[in-house]
Amino acid sequence: MVKANVLRFTLPIVVVIGVVFLWYFVSYINLFPAYALPSPLDVLKSFREELMAGRLVNDIIASLWRVAVGYVIAAVLGIPIGLWLGQHLIARQAFVPMLNFFRFLSPLAWIPFAILWFHIGDKPAIFLIFMATFFPLALATLVAVASIPSIYFRVAQDYHYKGIELLTKVTFPAVLPQVITALRVSYGIAWVVIVAAEMVGCQDGLGYGIWEARNGLRLDSAVCYMIVIGVLGMGIDRLLAQLTILPGVRWGYER
Amino acid sequence: MKDKHSHSRLIVEKVSHGFGAVSVLADLNLVVRLDEVVVLVGPSGCGKTTLLNLLSGHIEPASGSIQREGIIRSVYQQDGLFPWLTVSENISIGLRSIADMKQRKHELLELLQLIHMEDFANHYPHQLSGGMRQRVELARVLAGDSDILLMDEPFSALDYQARHRMRRELNRLLEKRPRTVVFVTHDIEEAAQLADRVLVLSKRPATICRELKISARRPRDLTDPAVIEAMAEILKELGLNTSDGIDT
Repeated sequence: MVKANVLRFTLPIVVVIGVVFLWYFVSYINLFPAYALPSPLDVLKSFREELMAGRLVNDIIASLWRVAVGYVIAAVLGIPIGLWLGQHLIARQAFVPMLNFFRFLSPLAWIPFAILWFHIGDKPAIFLIFMATFFPLALATLVAVASIPSIYFRVAQDYHYKGIELLTKVTFPAVLPQVITALRVSYGIAWVVIVAAEMVGCQDGLGYGIWEARNGLRLDSAVCYMIVIGVLGMGIDRLLAQLTILPGVRWGYER
Repeated sequence: MKDKHSHSRLIVEKVSHGFGAVSVLADLNLVVRLDEVVVLVGPSGCGKTTLLNLLSGHIEPASGSIQREGIIRSVYQQDGLFPWLTVSENISIGLRSIADMKQRKHELLELLQLIHMEDFANHYPHQLSGGMRQRVELARVLAGDSDILLMDEPFSALDYQARHRMRRELNRLLEKRPRTVVFVTHDIEEAAQLADRVLVLSKRPATICRELKISARRPRDLTDPAVIEAMAEILKELGLNTSDGIDT
């Protein structure tokens, strides 16, 4: 048991060290020219440079802010709409094809509209994050509501749950485990989309940082940004995963 | 303990019901008296559950009338507990009508003790065995001011031994908190051990083809002559009595 735990923590570290070593080796033998594949040391240097200049921190904050705003708006609108549609068969039949259509439309397709409608700054990026996460969230909630076992509603009726109380005390807790899963998945989408969204129409942010690095042929800086994006994405997903250990939702993951 | 309920009654008069062209119940009459335990047995698909749904008011009969006096609660086959609530919270649903929080807490504690699950008050249903879950269901329907319990094969998802224990448990609980009960089962032992009155239903369209009163005091052992006699009668009525010569 103890051995299994030790392995669980050490193995990923070994793999990371292995990949860095491979990277170092490939750059050492000059398989690609230095400007096309920066060495780990170059990246480390550029890391220091970006941190000293304060740009990196500023870009992290800008990206987190945009994702947070777009994502929260999508959740605040998408989850209630999903709850409502899930309970109304006719509305569901009317809206599901349209929701599905937009879900399969890459949010990047909205980039020209985002720029024309919202110009530059935070707004177009927030709009793109919203478009990327609203549809999957609404659909996942709707499907979860539609598949609640009917026995819960029978019991709710026996004990006179009605209206808003039925919604908050029965329907919502019954779908919460699936909603949390949908939140994690759509957060993943948001974090992927923000990089592309910031490549156009923004003056800062992690995606903009990569774009800038490309324009200056500073791939060491680009890799530094890539590492930050990956680590931050993982970190925030770990935070969201904490929601799944709430006692009132454990049942949804243990059956 | 405040547990008065002097006015529970169910009266079914000439009720017929069907789904589409299929006639499920035909001209059924039934009166369930205060604190009586009526057990319905019959071939599967004969309309037992439909009858319970009519009694609870979840569906309206096509013809005939049903009078209900008192508060009705149901116990279902399985998974009637809300999985996102603890044992205490699930039982508290049955105490919703009690406004006084102190009294509600007191009642909750009493119910937990009644089903011997004080130590599991903060457990969630998925952490309990099937038998324990059904005990919590029983506590929930017995809570507060319920009068009539409708039970739709409540123990059928349990293994044989757990079913046995649950019958004893139900007898014990009803002794402490008498209720009017309509109990549907396909388990003949269950019927003979629990019922004041067994009603054997015919094939679809169902009607009562045999009424069997069992006056022996509960709890009754499986080997009690009254139980054995009742089981033989029910088996015969259902056409399952081997001594009648299927295998001669």
